[in-house]
Amino acid sequence: MSAEGDHPVPVSPVEQRVAALEAVLTERGLVPEGFIEESTRRYESETGPMNGAKVVARAWVDPDYKQRLLAEGTAAIAELGFGGPEGHHMVVVENTAAVHNVIVCTLCSCYPWPVLGLPPAWYKDPPYRARMVREPRALLAEMGCPLPGDVEIRVWDSSAEVRYLVLPQRPLETEGMTEAELAGLVTRDSMIGVARLSAGR
Amino acid sequence: MDGIHDLGGMQGFGAVAHSPAEPAFPQRWQAVARALLMVVAGAVEASGGEFRHSIERMEPGHYLTSGYYEHWLTAAATLAVEHGLVTRADLEARAGGRFPLSGPVLAPPVASAGPDVGGPRFGVGDRVRVREWHPPGHTRCPGYVRGKAGVVVRVDGTHSVPDVEAHGTARRYEPTYSVRFDAADLWRDGQHGVSVQVDLWDSYLERS
Repeated sequence: MSAEGDHPVPVSPVEQRVAALEAVLTERGLVPEGFIEESTRRYESETGPMNGAKVVARAWVDPDYKQRLLAEGTAAIAELGFGGPEGHHMVVVENTAAVHNVIVCTLCSCYPWPVLGLPPAWYKDPPYRARMVREPRALLAEMGCPLPGDVEIRVWDSSAEVRYLVLPQRPLETEGMTEAELAGLVTRDSMIGVARLSAGR
Repeated sequence: MDGIHDLGGMQGFGAVAHSPAEPAFPQRWQAVARALLMVVAGAVEASGGEFRHSIERMEPGHYLTSGYYEHWLTAAATLAVEHGLVTRADLEARAGGRFPLSGPVLAPPVASAGPDVGGPRFGVGDRVRVREWHPPGHTRCPGYVRGKAGVVVRVDGTHSVPDVEAHGTARRYEPTYSVRFDAADLWRDGQHGVSVQVDLWDSYLERS
């Protein structure tokens, strides 16, 4: 209820609220020239799941790299040139035939920006955050990732400074593929842990 | 605070609106809202804790019915008003309507942070229990693990405690740990073969 009683002032549309804040901050001289465009461009084109896919493909073809990646995620990811905000403390968790890992942030939307880009809307919305820690097996099945009953599920809630990346299993029948071809098989969802990969994608 | 943001384990939300791929910013205002938060957080030198808490203080109905970038917009405007960069009246006049901001901070300012915790108190394999408490301010201890026992599976570096940094300029540094909880210990309907790993600061934990 508002102070206006029976005639509350309507909430301004979100676009108008954004424009109002942009205008007043710009008048105060707080928005550097080109800042909005540059910051937008960076997250639209420079980061994204294609970065994480390169990390995964390298780990599949290079056992030494995989060992470093699982032991010291941040440094191993930096070897491929990726790092920065929301990627300063990376831990990579490996999916196997027996263990399936999946990441979530129940309190907000923490996500490894340098390797996966900005999180998708569903990752930030309440259903995923509420349910993944409570009923992961059912939710994964619902999202198209049914797991055999004997596969252990480990859910990682990114509640502090570490950000997680799932290292998916390499699909069968991909022995002859190059590292670049393998990277092309790796999906965003497989690195969040809500999908498993097959060679036929 | 026991806010609406603390969603882990809440029931009744229904299906995840999953899509396999989407643009970073489906609408232009979302990109602008994101950049403006960066501008405001820089101008007022907001810590990560203060930023997150400014979202957590949103009115619950507004939080649940607005998306991520409206959360960021609300946080940016709230911090800008609280730090005196702008007035709410100015924002509402320009927006041509009501501009909902987050609610007030319920916790008193933290004047003294207390001593840092230099080294980890716990090691991998140690059984720990999460303190059962309900701080009025910011915390990164999810409600669903409070009072629960788990096992330390990883010891991480030392980091600024969010509960302190959100409420003033004082800082305290403590190790964080990844703690494994069996689903059966978290939920009455917890499934066999499922665990949840939660990253927790040293002062959230006691020996179990």
